[in-house]
Amino acid sequence: MSTQDQTMTAPAPAPAKVAKISFVEGLHMALDEAMGADENVIALGEDVGDAQGGGVFKITKGLSTKYGVNRVRATPISEQAIIGAAVGAALVGMRPVAEIMLMNFVTVAMDQIVNHAAKLRFMSGGQTHVPLVIRTTTGVGVGFGGQHSDMLEAWFAHVPGLKVVMASNPADAYGLLHSAIEDDDPVILIENILCYGIQGPAPTPGYRVPLGKAAITREGTDVSIISYGKAVLDALAVAERLAAEGVSVEVVDLRTIAPFDEATVLASVGKTGRAVIVHEAVKAYGTGAEMSSRIHEELFGQLHAPVQRVGGTYSPVPFSPALEKAWIHSQDQITAAVRRTLDWKKPR
Amino acid sequence: MPEAVAVADRATSQTSPTSPDRATLLEIYRRTVLINRTDERFRQLLMTGKLQIVYYPVRGQEVLSAAMMTALKPDDYLVTTYRGVHDQLAKGIPSKLLWAECAGRSTGTCKGKGGPMHITHPETGVMVTTGVVGSGLPIANGLALASQNRGDGKVTVVSFGDGATNIGAFHEAMNMAQLWKLPVIFLCQNNLFGEHTAYAAHTSVPSIVDRAASYGMKGVKTDGNDPVAMYETAKAAVDRARAGEGPTLIEAMTFRMLGHLFGADFSYVPKELTEAGIANDPVPRFRNRLLEMQVTESELAALEAKVEAEIDEAVEFALASPFPDVSELRIDVVKQELAA
Repeated sequence: MSTQDQTMTAPAPAPAKVAKISFVEGLHMALDEAMGADENVIALGEDVGDAQGGGVFKITKGLSTKYGVNRVRATPISEQAIIGAAVGAALVGMRPVAEIMLMNFVTVAMDQIVNHAAKLRFMSGGQTHVPLVIRTTTGVGVGFGGQHSDMLEAWFAHVPGLKVVMASNPADAYGLLHSAIEDDDPVILIENILCYGIQGPAPTPGYRVPLGKAAITREGTDVSIISYGKAVLDALAVAERLAAEGVSVEVVDLRTIAPFDEATVLASVGKTGRAVIVHEAVKAYGTGAEMSSRIHEELFGQLHAPVQRVGGTYSPVPFSPALEKAWIHSQDQITAAVRRTLDWKKPR
Repeated sequence: MPEAVAVADRATSQTSPTSPDRATLLEIYRRTVLINRTDERFRQLLMTGKLQIVYYPVRGQEVLSAAMMTALKPDDYLVTTYRGVHDQLAKGIPSKLLWAECAGRSTGTCKGKGGPMHITHPETGVMVTTGVVGSGLPIANGLALASQNRGDGKVTVVSFGDGATNIGAFHEAMNMAQLWKLPVIFLCQNNLFGEHTAYAAHTSVPSIVDRAASYGMKGVKTDGNDPVAMYETAKAAVDRARAGEGPTLIEAMTFRMLGHLFGADFSYVPKELTEAGIANDPVPRFRNRLLEMQVTESELAALEAKVEAEIDEAVEFALASPFPDVSELRIDVVKQELAA
């Protein structure tokens, strides 16, 4: 199910160049196609209209002109009202895609997300449901400092009823957003600002990334690196570096953080016997702790070494570039974690 | 302390286009009695231990809700709160389903998984009942937004208390609704207390309705305990919303005759206020008014008996119904059960 599989299954009849798109284009294409296909799909968020510039990151550029300002609604700076309106519209069958400009601002709308979007299907005994997508962006390395950079996926993964997804390449961004819009439950799509510019193979029309399914992005036999989002790129770089030394690294791109694709992860770690989990969020109490625990619970006897975790520092994200660089995981840290699993001596 | 029932009763002879006719008034009365007797029965069952639930009494607020919901169509939307039994009954949720849900039974509106604070029944337009004060307003905007986009002509009412008007979501929602001219009605049931705190100690303006002006919204203050005044106010707001003229904030004055929560001490309510509230009890007042209008005693007695029978049947049904199976724990979390 990896992107490589998807673009390589049909051998090109002519030596045509594989079309490349950016992450932003992948998201834009998916939203445009979904709005074109179903008038229940609406977009709302701060500055998303063309009169406001088509969104701070241009994901919605052109859409209000194409579909009208009733379907692409530029909102006041009112996160509770944005998510609340999206929840209400979703309850009666619309498919709102709400944009929360930066992930830290979801803190303002937590009541609507956690108490309402996540629970209304259950609390109504299945009479209503909330087919809502929340798109939000964040990332360390832009110099935004403490209040615009947090990865808060663990908060949402902890709430039953919410799905949390994160793409590592443009085609997956396209396929995941489509799947999220088509899903009948609330989905939070986290976009890393630093991924927006990356180019990758264009998806074929109709490409979907199923929710809840991880991808084996690179096969290997010695150690599994499990990751998602931009950190997958670091995992792939480390895998390449270690391949030169004869170490075979398998890279698992989760793509959906919750629900977590336990089967794929356990199969990979069952094969390699070693696991390193890498995420950008603060390591303490992060999603890596949950994954590590499950791997230990299921595969304890087959592990050659304890599961290693690499994540952000337990401090607010700092502003100074020197500190910000030190805050986030490095490829050297990932490499060192892999080596710890390889060099682990079981106590006698 | 604002006046509980200072807005004077209006004469029923008044003939504005929004005045209720005889049949409408009788329907408001039927709903009033249904709410009143249901509330009474809940308290009886709680006192005798036949039911053990968290219950927020609606005694004193019956007429307000009955009049508001009578001004709506059955498929209009309602968002209400944990103190919502009056709204839910007035909007039309069948008594049996409501009682079963409140008793946590599998035959309830939500299979017993919502409970008294989370009643949903889309068939009668009750889309959300929230236990979080003030959080219904933004959701109501979304329901109204869907109606606006679809042109389906539906109106959304969101009901809340005076205490809810001090959370941020109230202000965000009011601004957005007026900005987008949404077909939504913000119904503040001002019962003079936010939980245990008196109005003057929790709100900076003399009247909630004053806040409408901040958003350029139409605001109307009315006597929620007067069926005619309340219906006229409600009907005018519904007509405006349906005509695409945008939202209305209604501040309907009423009085919570019991405490915040059933069984809780409410000695924080000044004695003279409680006495005045009881003296102005809107339910007998409404009944007397109907008798003055040449509605006969036997007509009212028949209506009341029918309501009592409906409640008897509902209570029996609820208490005889089974609790949900434990397998329900993993159902309705998401559409398809995925490995968590």
